[in-house]
Amino acid sequence: MATDTTTETPAAPAQTEVDHHHEEHLSHLQHHFVSSEQQFDSAKLGMWLFLITEVLLFSGMFVAYAVFRQWHPETFSVASQTLDWHLGGLNTVVLLASSFTIALAIHYIQKGETMRSFWLQITTISLAGVFLVIKYFEYTAKFEHGVFPGAMFDPHGTAHGVDYGALASYAYAPQFFSIYFVMTGIHGFHVVVGMILIGWIASRTYRGHFNSEYYTHIELSGLYWHLVDLVWIFLFPLLYLV
Amino acid sequence: MDSATKGAEVGHEEHHDEAHDQNYLQYEPGIWNWLTTKDHKKIGIMYAVSLAVVFLVAGVLALMVRTELVSQGETIMDADTYNQVFTMHGILMVFLFLVPSIPAILGNFVLPLQIGAKDVAFPRLNLASWYVYMIGAIMTCAALYFGGVDTGWTFYTPYSSTTGGGVLWMTSAIFVSGFASIFTGLNFIVTIHKMRAPGMTWNRLPLFIWGLYATSIVQVLATPVIGITMLLLILERTLGIGIFDPALGGDPVLFQHFFWFYSHPAVYIMILPAFGIMSELIATFSRQRIFGYRAIALSSVAIAMLGFLVWGHHMFVSGQSAISSIIFSLITYLIGIPSGIKVFNWVATMYRGSIWLQTPMLYALSFLFLFTIGGFTGIMVGVLAVDVHLHDTYYVVGHFHYVMMGGSVMALLGGMHYWWPKITGRMYNETLGKIAVFLIFVGFNATFFTQLVLGAKGMPRRYYDYVERFEALHQISTYGSYILGAGLFLVLFYGLYSLFYGEKASANPWAAATLEWTNVAALPDPHNFVRTPLVTRGPYDFHLADEVFGGDGMGDGATKTLDVPEPAPAAPETAEESSKA
Repeated sequence: MATDTTTETPAAPAQTEVDHHHEEHLSHLQHHFVSSEQQFDSAKLGMWLFLITEVLLFSGMFVAYAVFRQWHPETFSVASQTLDWHLGGLNTVVLLASSFTIALAIHYIQKGETMRSFWLQITTISLAGVFLVIKYFEYTAKFEHGVFPGAMFDPHGTAHGVDYGALASYAYAPQFFSIYFVMTGIHGFHVVVGMILIGWIASRTYRGHFNSEYYTHIELSGLYWHLVDLVWIFLFPLLYLV
Repeated sequence: MDSATKGAEVGHEEHHDEAHDQNYLQYEPGIWNWLTTKDHKKIGIMYAVSLAVVFLVAGVLALMVRTELVSQGETIMDADTYNQVFTMHGILMVFLFLVPSIPAILGNFVLPLQIGAKDVAFPRLNLASWYVYMIGAIMTCAALYFGGVDTGWTFYTPYSSTTGGGVLWMTSAIFVSGFASIFTGLNFIVTIHKMRAPGMTWNRLPLFIWGLYATSIVQVLATPVIGITMLLLILERTLGIGIFDPALGGDPVLFQHFFWFYSHPAVYIMILPAFGIMSELIATFSRQRIFGYRAIALSSVAIAMLGFLVWGHHMFVSGQSAISSIIFSLITYLIGIPSGIKVFNWVATMYRGSIWLQTPMLYALSFLFLFTIGGFTGIMVGVLAVDVHLHDTYYVVGHFHYVMMGGSVMALLGGMHYWWPKITGRMYNETLGKIAVFLIFVGFNATFFTQLVLGAKGMPRRYYDYVERFEALHQISTYGSYILGAGLFLVLFYGLYSLFYGEKASANPWAAATLEWTNVAALPDPHNFVRTPLVTRGPYDFHLADEVFGGDGMGDGATKTLDVPEPAPAAPETAEESSKA
């Protein structure tokens, strides 16, 4: 009896597993890959390389920040104090939370819980939205007092104990705000791109395109989203907490 | 070569199903299918056509510059036009031609074939790269329309943040086309890492692949920096953010740092794949295993890495600190070491080889000669004290044309001739090919060696006019450029002619030993290989290449018709899946 089952049972599943894999190949395996693993590894390596280019894109701006801060530390210190670290800090928490939810979304799709993964992706998008709303209030508060990037810089008035008019006496204050708006603006652009990306992935998740065997897109979007988060982790102290 | 034309289709009849009935050019014809193709070979051809147009336009601009300089004073255009013409020549050649050239044309076509893959890792991204490039090209046309781009290809601030409206379009075009470059590089790195055929170990990669790999690393790491630089320059012009413009408190030298942090590595984007082609040509046409394979492969990577540490040598007279200048100068010398390793290895490969002087080999030999001059003059301008005198003179112009034109373009031309039979299925006219090499070589040296002399005598670059004593040399340079131009037009002519009337090529007219020749039909299959090849030897092990030489090892490419050989042990069978896609 025992010998019979051992010879029989392994043989049958092996067959079905092969068939099963073969079926799957038809749905997502692109013609030029040999296996799902190869396709997944390629996509992941590609994403990591893309993230490296993103890091280098931001590094240019970080270098500009470092140079001008080195030259005008006092201006940077004064100008930085006009930024509201409470809001910045809140945004940091929001983004960290969103990174957590997208990581959970990957976790649940790996376990095959598609809908749970879907709702976590929606949560991530919502948190990104919250981030942008807070950012919007920060920007408009600055614009109201003439704190614009570059040539249009014309600070005036006071609000919440911040004396914007005093900035006018610092010759290099416009530069700080140029760097602030450019860096946070490009970061904000990446947040928007991330929202669109995760929105697309979420709709595909909802339609059942992904399962525990095939979830490349979710994982890659997660990687991208972590980078967006990570950039903010550097921006926040450098701009708000100088 | 005559008897080699037979048998293009021989041996290809037996083992194929429906998708394999046709070669890749017949498969899915029609404009729409071409514009939406994900076939790396077709994308390579689309790039080839686009880049040929850019090269033609930029080349004609160069001839206009030389014609203007043939005599003192105004010859054919006024000074403003002259400034814009040489600027557009530089921008088109550097950003829209040389940077994409070899990777996008030959890299796209050859890379998957050489490593035994069906396609690059991300075919859609590959197609996107071409479209992004074309958007960049259209924006360049807009820049031409709005005019006033007279900054030189370097866009130095503060001039570039104030002059003509076209600059905004031009910088945007460079920002956009940078993505095309990143896509290609990213695609190649992943493809080389993940898509190699069974048995294709890192030590069996053809050296062209190593060159492309090193190039791709530079593309991925350097291009984002020019992206952000151009973006900041655009914002500087539109919003006046004051990062670079001293009038707004910015720092123009910072722009130069950013610019050269990309643009110095960018010259390695241009030359590293050229090194790769050189290795292929020298090995194949010397019928000899490459000397120092590993040294050549790793020196490419070394150049890619060192290339990131030398950008400051463009700024010896820009006001950076003396210490930085000295350090940059020293690291610049180091680049000479891996470059020298390559040149010596190529020469050693030819030693006792059985050299076959076909057109591609003549280009390779021209490259050796011209690149060596380019390299040595490069070391000279890398010397801090010498550079102070030679900076911004024709010496520098001569130097980088020896590297870019004498190096990259010569290798590209050699590579195009070498892979022409595989791309088009036709042979070009060998006699005309040799005449063209001769014209190009002579014309090139007449044009640019005189510029080295002019520069050493003190002729500044980019000047519209000059004093009497420079006139004779300028004239030689201009007439040389006409000879050079004639040679290039001859190539264009017989290239187009061969498309329609050239003899049919065999699968391996050069008796080369790499996969794209040994395992692929004369015109490749839509999916490249009928069977995934199993690699059992190095790329230049001619003594083991029985499928090419039938064992006697003395093939001249005229001996036998070539079957698509069947790999001995079965490689993973994937042909049936591919036909479904």
